Amino acid sequence: MIKIGFLHTLIRKEEKLLMEAFAAIADVELMLFDIRQLLINPVKPDPFNVGVILERSIPFYSSLQTIRYIEHLGIPCINSFHTSHICGSKYLTSLELAARHIPQPEFRLVFSLETALKAAEELGYPVVLKPVIGSWGRLLAKINDPEGIESIIEHKTTLGGFFHQVFYIQKYIAKKGGDIRSFVVGNQCIAAITRKSDHWITNTARGGRVDNCPVDPEINKISCAAAKAVKGEVAAIDLFETDDGYLVNEVNHTMEFRNSINPTGVDIPGMIADYTVKKARGEHYV
Amino acid sequence: MNQKNAGCPVCGADVIFDEDIVNGELVVCSECGLELEVTSTSPLILKEAPQEAEDWGE
Repeated sequence: MIKIGFLHTLIRKEEKLLMEAFAAIADVELMLFDIRQLLINPVKPDPFNVGVILERSIPFYSSLQTIRYIEHLGIPCINSFHTSHICGSKYLTSLELAARHIPQPEFRLVFSLETALKAAEELGYPVVLKPVIGSWGRLLAKINDPEGIESIIEHKTTLGGFFHQVFYIQKYIAKKGGDIRSFVVGNQCIAAITRKSDHWITNTARGGRVDNCPVDPEINKISCAAAKAVKGEVAAIDLFETDDGYLVNEVNHTMEFRNSINPTGVDIPGMIADYTVKKARGEHYV
Repeated sequence: MNQKNAGCPVCGADVIFDEDIVNGELVVCSECGLELEVTSTSPLILKEAPQEAEDWGE
């Protein structure tokens, strides 16, 4: 019997599907750990006592601290502290992609209104202002002119916390009706979907419509390269399709997949569970 | 699968669950539409789910 830890907060559809997938694998005991119940004390014995932990908690910042503790105890975590730390920041992710020459929308990071205006001028309007930390399409602003930059940055500076004093500005990419989300487990892209919306934000959390997207060699290549750039073992890659090929928009380290199983016909939770168990057993994942 | 039930803490409606419900599970009250979290399975206790925070996500 091998013990797998399952780090969580709220149990959503994804977590239930993963729990069912682990239950279907012989000789696996899944142990649930709600990070809201943890009391981290580094001089106390390991409270987990498992081979591997799969991290599925929703709040980024508290889960990041917990993953670091898990690794302090010598327990492998999927995904690792490194991966979670990088993927938690759009800016850090962009730097890793840039270091490996993986195509992505052009971006600038600035800290003042003056440089934000310069950045937008360099990129060309419209631009997209994004919070460095954030998900589900929250607080994205498509800005068409300098007045828009001035207005949004004044609001952020006045009303936002310190995370909102860092301005990630991305060139706006006109999508061909939508974008692509691909799923990487281990070293392979196991599935992909297209997300389409009448709105320029296509996240399924915002009502984007989902269809299967066959994984062609180009999608597989760029998806695996993006996951590898952040050392991600289980990751979802957001891609924009352009006339010059695919661009990586984001890499997500605790991906949601409930809306992607039926269109793709791929047992995404089953493959994540299988990968996790094989890692715990020291087996190679194929 | 057998089912369990508990009262919605906000509107009082009966919320029905499958027997494999677990602590932390997110459910939606079919009457008032509120997101609820299971905080105990025996006895079955529900509370309003926490509000989405800025660092929540994927």
